[in-house]
Amino acid sequence: MDSRGSAGGADRTIVVFAAASLTGAFTEIGQRFEAEHPDTTVTFNFAGSSALATQLAEGAPADVFAAADEATMAKLAATGGVAGSPTVFATNELAIIVAPGNPKAVRSLADLARPGLLVVLAAPQVPAGTYTQQALGRAGVTLAPVSRENDVKAVAAKVVSGEADAGIVYRTDVEAAGGRAAGVAIPATFNVTARYPIAVTTHAPDPDDAAAFVAIVAGPVGQDILARAGFGPP
Amino acid sequence: MTPRPTRRPAGSRRRTSGERLPWPALLLAVVAIAFFALPLVGLLWRAPWSQTGRILTDPALRQALRLSLVCSLWATLLSLVFGVPLSWLLARIHFPGRSFVRALCTLSMVVPPVVGGVALFAALGRRGLVGQWLDRWFDLRLPFSTAGVVVAQTFVAMPFLVLTVESALRQHDRRLEDAARTLGASGWYTFRRVTLPAVRPAVVAGAVLAWARALGEFGATITFAGNFPGRTQTLPIATYLALETDPADAVMLSLVLIATSFAVLVGLRDRWLGAGEAMVAIDPEASR
Repeated sequence: MDSRGSAGGADRTIVVFAAASLTGAFTEIGQRFEAEHPDTTVTFNFAGSSALATQLAEGAPADVFAAADEATMAKLAATGGVAGSPTVFATNELAIIVAPGNPKAVRSLADLARPGLLVVLAAPQVPAGTYTQQALGRAGVTLAPVSRENDVKAVAAKVVSGEADAGIVYRTDVEAAGGRAAGVAIPATFNVTARYPIAVTTHAPDPDDAAAFVAIVAGPVGQDILARAGFGPP
Repeated sequence: MTPRPTRRPAGSRRRTSGERLPWPALLLAVVAIAFFALPLVGLLWRAPWSQTGRILTDPALRQALRLSLVCSLWATLLSLVFGVPLSWLLARIHFPGRSFVRALCTLSMVVPPVVGGVALFAALGRRGLVGQWLDRWFDLRLPFSTAGVVVAQTFVAMPFLVLTVESALRQHDRRLEDAARTLGASGWYTFRRVTLPAVRPAVVAGAVLAWARALGEFGATITFAGNFPGRTQTLPIATYLALETDPADAVMLSLVLIATSFAVLVGLRDRWLGAGEAMVAIDPEASR
């Protein structure tokens, strides 16, 4: 079955825990990595960064952790879960996600407070939710969302499926939705820059493999894929 | 309390005490007990006892607990109202495709609850098969509402009641009903006064199982009803979210949930269910 960490080469596995917003970009980076290292398989666990940090703190076997905010990474580092110091490899910002063609004519954060508009946000427990609260605070807008989803992809999914009219997600989530959703930019005065750190975990059975994955993310191949997914440079 | 409709033969409770279980079976049974006890002991060991006061008086916890109790009781009530007639139909009426209907009505026991939530969206969501008309004609939206929580819980909980009651109805002696009808009782009167009292222990057992399942419901609820404090954030969802930031709080919330269910299960079992009757009621026979 699983022969992780076996010296000698064949069929090695790198387990990467990554923030939900990295789903598309990291899947592609994983494929590139596997193409460059034919004897290695990359397995992902995508979820809200906080959930991943909890799983890691409980001893979940992972080699690499990529979070959507530095606070979550710092929390894990404080419990000794991170080997070395985390590197910031990408940035992101928030955007409003609406149905294609923006039928409800949402133009700004303030528009989200309009009565009758079904808005979903990320729960304050996950980084996207924290960033959302910061942006709304800067804009002086108070919202009554119908739901606070437990990761940012779930927010996008509720808008894409038409169950909600609008949500606040990362710009990259709007990109990832393709034609199934549209984005409304949030002005820089209110917007928040999300910084994504990546690190090798303490429990990584083969730290060299894990470091190689971190290197491809931070290197030109990873940066190119991340840029195409809409992420900003670190 | 009212007397039990069926009584065990005198002394049957003690009958097993003299039996000797072969030691390999005993060993495996002890392992099984440890398997169930250890996680509970783990929670007790991990619980932040010093913060008990702060967590238990947290308004957010009380809100989630109240919502959980209200929604799960509604789900149990709906399961009873619709589930008992459904069990009766499945147990007593021969019609083509009965096994298919039974499988259909108990499918939500075996599909992952998240899939149940997605299916509920497809049916009752704003763009759903029926939901789009509810939205258009009645301005009624179930997703993200407390009613949506009740719908999700009923969806996953009702089969537990249906299977339990159906099994009891099948084993019930139909000659009693035949006798009632010969004496001039109407079908409805017979159902109410003869059939229902006879299977009452199974109805109670089924309702308890359905209630416990509804109380613990997570996947279908968070998918279909989302997470909003006071409206759709039930205790399991609050626990899950707490786990992401305050694992200690999550442990405490889990203990509250366990204590609530445990108290009800233990209390009801002794008061309402003879052990033997409960065994009959939860007989998996009907779930084939």
